[in-house]
Amino acid sequence: MKKEMIATKVRELPPSGIRKFFDVANEMKDVISLGVGEPDFDTPWHIREEGIYSLEKGKTIYTSNSGLMELRCEISTYLSRRFNITYNPNTQILVTVGASEAIDLALRALLNPGDEVLIPEPSYVSYKPCAIMAGGNPVVITTKAENEFRLTPEQLEEHITDKTKVLILPYPNNPTGGIMEKSDLEKIAEVLRKRDILVISDEIYAELTYDKEHVSIAMLPGMYENTLVINGFSKAYAMTGWRMGYAAGPKDLIAEMTKIHQYAIMCAPTISQYAGIEALKNGDNDVAQMKASFNRRRKIMVNGFRNMGMDCFEPLGAFYVFPSIQKTGLTAEEFCTKLLYEQKVAVVPGTAFGESGEGFIRCSYAYSIENIKEALKRIELFMQQYQ
Amino acid sequence: MKEDILEILEKNSRLNTGDIAIMLNSSKEKIEKEIEEMEKKQIICGYNTLINWDKTNKDLVTALIEVKVTPQRGEGFDKIAERIYRFNEVKAVYLMSGGFDLTVIIEGRTMKEVALFVAQKLAPLESVLSTGTHFVLKKYKEHGIPFEGPRKDERMVVSP
Repeated sequence: MKKEMIATKVRELPPSGIRKFFDVANEMKDVISLGVGEPDFDTPWHIREEGIYSLEKGKTIYTSNSGLMELRCEISTYLSRRFNITYNPNTQILVTVGASEAIDLALRALLNPGDEVLIPEPSYVSYKPCAIMAGGNPVVITTKAENEFRLTPEQLEEHITDKTKVLILPYPNNPTGGIMEKSDLEKIAEVLRKRDILVISDEIYAELTYDKEHVSIAMLPGMYENTLVINGFSKAYAMTGWRMGYAAGPKDLIAEMTKIHQYAIMCAPTISQYAGIEALKNGDNDVAQMKASFNRRRKIMVNGFRNMGMDCFEPLGAFYVFPSIQKTGLTAEEFCTKLLYEQKVAVVPGTAFGESGEGFIRCSYAYSIENIKEALKRIELFMQQYQ
Repeated sequence: MKEDILEILEKNSRLNTGDIAIMLNSSKEKIEKEIEEMEKKQIICGYNTLINWDKTNKDLVTALIEVKVTPQRGEGFDKIAERIYRFNEVKAVYLMSGGFDLTVIIEGRTMKEVALFVAQKLAPLESVLSTGTHFVLKKYKEHGIPFEGPRKDERMVVSP
């Protein structure tokens, strides 16, 4: 097959920055890693048990395209109980294969060629490529360390044009750990209310905020009608491998997304859906325990970086710390490559999450305390040559 | 604060006080003071190590003894429980509801040693009416820790 047979749009799509780095890191032996984007817990046993039980009962068939009704009801109850937003399980909720599918579906359902999608960066790797694949034009808004990587209303206003159709709101944020508090969201809502812009609020880390409760922009006055909330089970319940996410929002949008989902995917995995019901029904305690454990490790890591003199704002969400490496004079990629070769520690260059991640590294604290402390020790040794 | 410290120590008593202080937004001195206080009050009664003796060469058998006793006037079960738990061979004693009164956990080098202890020391006690000995064949999990050994981190080294 000739390479030219591949669609131009796809050929021109850059491979995920993280992938290049992963290939190098993965080849090396005895690497101590702070590089993953998933919890270090196993899925709580009662949830796994429910998955097993569903297999035993022979629940090995398709579900409805939107997902099991019981699951959608539980999602609806959960969203109203936790974030005070109400969705009709019949028409406003779609169960997807991970939150990532929901992002893809939403952009495909919304974008016409030339429509602009505002993407605050640094942020998760898939927004931009999904926007391009859906025929839209991604417009990056660079969030700043001095604002704790929050999106400001001024920045938002600056980037809005006649063609702006979608704003992606990726908070709590991967990779920075930044969050948007209610007061921050109110200012954003004020800018948006005057316009027809749909917000895709990616709240996959909503359960993992520390000291502050997560607020969804959908619950602010006038925002409900123009917000699609995306969430899932991966981070809150340590269920990354189950591939379970969902979207909740305006029924017209959900209906169109369901159409694409129906042709491309059919339905989310049935076993995973049964496990998901159990997670939402009886998982609150697990979430609380995992969150408490993350919080302790978060403090050890932030403290560790600050003690070695690295600038590091306090991340209040997700499970990442995003320290600045600017004073080493190295680029993020140089830093990570050197650190990997010299000290065998794998961290992710900020640039994997957009050019604006230059000068930063993402370090995950979803590791044991011993692992974190050993990694910090090695990073400190590494940093000594730049004092 | 005390409960937070206990929760952390219960899982890993080897964490140093400096780390605990960071985790709880406190100071090393404060944490040390709190721990000392809890040790004095016997809230913290000791720091044991969880050992899977099956993986060593040491011979060790554990037995669970169901004991029926006659409670004593004015003392209830406490007096007889004390007479039992004072033996070095006895690792734990619990007062139970249901079909028998006391659970006594005994460790010894051989089954014979344990059986002799029950026959010679435990059963003859005046208030003991009957005993039933159950030997532990395999320990799967203790103190919340499965004995299957540490699980390997199978996550990819780097993922988004």
